[in-house]
Amino acid sequence: MMDQRYTEILTNPGTVKLADIPVMEYREFLAFTDLLMGEEGTHCVAYMVVPLKDRYRFICCMAADENHAVVLFSHEQPLHPLPSLQSVTAKHFQFHVFEREIHEQFGIEFPGHPWLKPIRYPFDRADQSRVMNNYPFYASEGEELHEVGVGPIHAGIIEPGHFRFICHGERVLHLEIHLGYQHRGVERLFAEKQGILSQSILAESIAGDTAVGHALAYAGVIESLAGMMVSKQLSMERVIALELERIAIHIGDTAALCTDIAYQFGQVVNEALRTVIINTTQRWCGNRFGKGLIRPGGSNYPLMPDIAAEILKNLENVEKRYLQATDRIFSLPSVLGRFEGTGKLSTMQATLIGAVGMAARSSGMYRDIRWSHPFAAYTGHPFEPVMLHKGDVWSRAMLRKLEVVKSIEIIRELIKKFTIYDLRFTNEDSTNQNSEINHKPEIADGTSEINHKPEIVNRKSEIVNPIYDPTLAPSSLAISLVEGWRGEICHIALTDDAGKIIHYKAKDPSLHNWLALALAVRNQEISDFPLCNKSFNLSYCGNDV
Amino acid sequence: MPLKEINIFRRHGKQYVPDLRKAELPAIFRGRPIISRDITATQATALCNLCPVGAIGMISVKPGMKPEPKVIAATRLLPDDVSAPDTKSPDGSRMEFSECTIDLGKCVFCRECEFALPGKIRFTNDHKLASNVRERLIISPGNDRPIQLDPVMVRREIRYFFKHALKLRQVSAAGDNSAEMELNAAGNVNFDMGRYGIEFVASPRHADGIVITGPISQNMAEALQICYDAIPSPKIVILAGTDAISGGIFSGSEALSREFLNNYRVDLYVPGNPPHPLTFINGILDLIGRQ
Repeated sequence: MMDQRYTEILTNPGTVKLADIPVMEYREFLAFTDLLMGEEGTHCVAYMVVPLKDRYRFICCMAADENHAVVLFSHEQPLHPLPSLQSVTAKHFQFHVFEREIHEQFGIEFPGHPWLKPIRYPFDRADQSRVMNNYPFYASEGEELHEVGVGPIHAGIIEPGHFRFICHGERVLHLEIHLGYQHRGVERLFAEKQGILSQSILAESIAGDTAVGHALAYAGVIESLAGMMVSKQLSMERVIALELERIAIHIGDTAALCTDIAYQFGQVVNEALRTVIINTTQRWCGNRFGKGLIRPGGSNYPLMPDIAAEILKNLENVEKRYLQATDRIFSLPSVLGRFEGTGKLSTMQATLIGAVGMAARSSGMYRDIRWSHPFAAYTGHPFEPVMLHKGDVWSRAMLRKLEVVKSIEIIRELIKKFTIYDLRFTNEDSTNQNSEINHKPEIADGTSEINHKPEIVNRKSEIVNPIYDPTLAPSSLAISLVEGWRGEICHIALTDDAGKIIHYKAKDPSLHNWLALALAVRNQEISDFPLCNKSFNLSYCGNDV
Repeated sequence: MPLKEINIFRRHGKQYVPDLRKAELPAIFRGRPIISRDITATQATALCNLCPVGAIGMISVKPGMKPEPKVIAATRLLPDDVSAPDTKSPDGSRMEFSECTIDLGKCVFCRECEFALPGKIRFTNDHKLASNVRERLIISPGNDRPIQLDPVMVRREIRYFFKHALKLRQVSAAGDNSAEMELNAAGNVNFDMGRYGIEFVASPRHADGIVITGPISQNMAEALQICYDAIPSPKIVILAGTDAISGGIFSGSEALSREFLNNYRVDLYVPGNPPHPLTFINGILDLIGRQ
């Protein structure tokens, strides 16, 4: 007998009718949340409010990793008077960010919440008297304590955010992270711009460093709502693009970690390697970040055999050089002295705050959407996440190295499979046109003397173009999870009875992981903050949307 | 001993681009577009509806007239007008569709217009897109000339003071981090714009100018102003990326506040989504008058 309290989505992405999500009393909601949180590997991927004409609908989406499912359940509250709800966070801390978001947006109170602070100062927040300049910082008084404020503008070329440290001498007692500077009203724009093309471009711009990840999550939502089938070759291409993005960023982060410990060798060598990878993406789709590569229903840049060959060639080259460089980096005492034991996030802390992705895996949490909720070409293929347990800067740096190797392996395997699924890779005609491609190595800056014909994209009949005018299922909710390089990206769309998107949530993994950074720098020297920050490399715009 | 490092460096070989002025990008790179002259009014209307950022402009003139180069402005017909591209001129006489333009200050380089009208629009791999005159970012039909700066419009002090050394302070005002990463890349081992004495610095007090990325959010407007005020004069303003130039895909969002741009003169517009490091470096070199 099916439990009447929830509905389950067993596919990723997946869609349910809004009417099929059970509504329960709030008391029951709390009890059910307790029940789910008691299970191994269950975590909250989204808890949001949808304002309806006459009431608020609170929808909670919990990922049940062991069952490879997403569990949805909800409760409803009146618009007036504003509800005041006993906080879930008081018991299950990972809800803190969602209740803060709801409180900030709608003014709903959560008595018992330990830290009901602003999260991003959205333009449509309930309390307009709360402004960036009066953020309620935690303060601690004492003759020997002092505060250090950094940002919003930082020394390097990075996004804005404010960090407030309470220090005892050089030691950080507490760090509070105040974000919101990057708020662009993305979620509202999704509902305002109904065009699929506009929304795709918007998705790519949620966090430009994760253009492929977010665009893929968005494409999943649309394809699920429209009931579109995605061909095997397209789903493989998408995974190749996603893993290329992961490789590029991980190598770039290896460089940046070396920069922060003033190890210039590691910096320059890895910077040059990252360039090779992003230029490979550029050779494929004309953009170094993969913008334009992922579109719902099809692709403007199908992976042709010559590009696939170039990806393989460049990966082989990069892998060899990256392993040489990292072998050196991870064997130097002066590097290990800075990495080891710095910025520790324990498994317990990571579990408590609901950390996701790379940060969770390097703290010993078995959390990877590619394993728990397989999507695209991961579906039906067992995936074993890379795991480390110490949770320090060393673990996060080492995890990057191991994941680069793993991603290269995945891409190789997928390209090998193309010869089975894709006619282009076995058809003689299609290879003829590429015979003139000269295999002279491309220099790392991406400039190339190879002269291509103007019609670069050869549209063969079996290649499906993107679909920009799908009919979306009415009165439904679609959820799409993607393991981007930072971790779990979650996009949710709700449609009205005409199949129009009325509500959109785009969650970047950073939303969960910023608190991990704040915890990791506790009791560290303040001079190690840049290193800790870089080891997480979180997104400001992904948090602020 | 650093012997191992030397060995690895040797295997990596030379990584820098020898000549940044002449470097070319692969043919698939989405750079300056070329627009055919024979786009019909119906096709242009369809393009206007397709373009997600309103970068496609339709110019109407009195029958038999040619559009004057100076009146070219990317005006987009309102949705109610799209079924009837012929509009009335201010004096009431009938206007008819003449040609179609692309404004690179608004374009997000998605290339969808080329896919929709293959053969009529083509994005070339010309990455030199920067100009100091906003109107020069608007590509008119049949035009295959490179985008250039107007040297007359460059303030004299820029070339006088900054020709041999230019220090810039970057401010990300709701940028999505792709433009920021490309600006970082402009200084890396491959592009190495430091060879020209151009560098990003940590403090506005050390800077000669500001490089803004992102569509400028309300929440960042004040910090941007404070940073600008802290830069000693004479100072320059550079907008890097489509988001900064026009708001890009975020244009029209209530969360933005772009008043800053009404108050100061912009010295360089660098289009792109994000701008390629070569686009940025070549734009700056043109601005400061370096070969």
